[in-house]
Amino acid sequence: MSRGRVWRVPRGVRRCIAPVALVAVWQAAASAGWTSPQTMPAPSLIVSSFWNLIVTGQMWPNLLTSLARVLVGLAAGVAVGTALALWSGLTRLGEDVVDPPVQMARTLPHLALIPLMILWFGIGETPKIVIIALGATFPIYLNLFSAIRGADRKLQEAGVVLGLTRRETVWHVVLPAALPGFLVGLRQALGIAWISLVVAEQINASSGIGYLVMNARDFLQTDVIFDGLLVYAALGLATDRLVRLLEIRLLAWRPATLPG
Amino acid sequence: MNMLTDVLPVAAEQNESAGAAVEVRSLSREFGGNAVLRDLDLRIQPGEFVALLGRSGSGKSTLLRTLAGLDAAPAGTVLVPAARTVVFQEPRLLPWKRVWRNVTLGLRTADPKGRAEAALAEVGLSHRLNAWPLTLSGGEAQRAALARALVREPKLLLLDEPFAALDALTRLKMQALVTDLWRVHSPAVLLVTHDVDEALMLADRALVLEHGKIALDVQVTMKRPRQPDFSEFGELRRLLLAALGVQG
Repeated sequence: MSRGRVWRVPRGVRRCIAPVALVAVWQAAASAGWTSPQTMPAPSLIVSSFWNLIVTGQMWPNLLTSLARVLVGLAAGVAVGTALALWSGLTRLGEDVVDPPVQMARTLPHLALIPLMILWFGIGETPKIVIIALGATFPIYLNLFSAIRGADRKLQEAGVVLGLTRRETVWHVVLPAALPGFLVGLRQALGIAWISLVVAEQINASSGIGYLVMNARDFLQTDVIFDGLLVYAALGLATDRLVRLLEIRLLAWRPATLPG
Repeated sequence: MNMLTDVLPVAAEQNESAGAAVEVRSLSREFGGNAVLRDLDLRIQPGEFVALLGRSGSGKSTLLRTLAGLDAAPAGTVLVPAARTVVFQEPRLLPWKRVWRNVTLGLRTADPKGRAEAALAEVGLSHRLNAWPLTLSGGEAQRAALARALVREPKLLLLDEPFAALDALTRLKMQALVTDLWRVHSPAVLLVTHDVDEALMLADRALVLEHGKIALDVQVTMKRPRQPDFSEFGELRRLLLAALGVQG
């Protein structure tokens, strides 16, 4: 009993111990000169170069460029994926026309299309946006399509006996039932969009976080590479949080999100 | 062609038949060569409360679904009022709509919210107007489903084992509530159940369905409120159980 009491630290604090210790060991190793700044710069160096990027005005424009690429590509992918899934999910004709080619195309790793995209669209913004949009389309399509098809038949019957028209049944019953599946697709699409951005930006970018990182590689500024990784991680986390908040708002009726 | 057509209402004949609320003549239905309903005739008077008993697979659900317009291909004549609705065994409330919005769903009248409030007050759910359906208890959810049916002022109310999933005490309360509501609104009711006592507590007439035909049709003339210790109750109970193949 008494031993247990000694260790009674709040859980949140306990979960911080290992990450903090790792950073401390890393800092100590770097300060002792065991690692070279060119391979593993000290955390303090990473923080100071991050600050430097902010005050010299290099961070914000590049960060905003990357963020804009992801948001535009994601928006296009979500729009296309949603339109295809609605047609395919709600009508047999749509399913027969849309589903076979989409199922075939999704087996292709979309990042393998980058050389083709460059040939088709050159090296400007277009190929980057298209790659991101392409990556985002499939998770939206697949999740929304299966969610529409999985919408509870019994609720649809209830709609019928309450006198709903087909259009009303789709609007009041099928689409709300498919919303959780759509949001799962949105989170997957977001993850893929960031991965696509990283890859797309490493190929001939003249702005964006990827450009900062590639530049830093050429000048052996390893600390700046770490700064870029930090930004990617933070942006990915922040946008994922946003979708989580959207989920809590839109799915307020679910027991998991209901208070109490 | 639409994938949802198989749950859309069948354009069954909805001419209100002369006098009767339901008129079914020589109705047959088979599933994959298996006859479920055979040449069945049924008449239900306006305001009449009919209980339909039968073993599993006797075709009672098929008959109810046909009257509800949910069955695609019945052969025969089915005349039902356009104003008809169903309360299922599960409440089938849309979980993403608050209780009162579930009640107004598909309602095409003036002041739907006021009507929903009145209907929910009738079933004792005034305090749950704005609740999410998934926060209701089983009995509350079924009462909301009942309010949703009654707010449409149906001439025919189809009840598909609506109390089967409730605990015994809630079931008794719900049976009393349905009796009261039926007296006030007087729709014709077809109650599908396999509880003989429930049929005898509620109905004017009890039918036993067997092999797709009505094997027994008895009037239940006991005065209400009924008690299981009425002598007639015991006799009818034995009769119905025998027709269902259970020796009392």
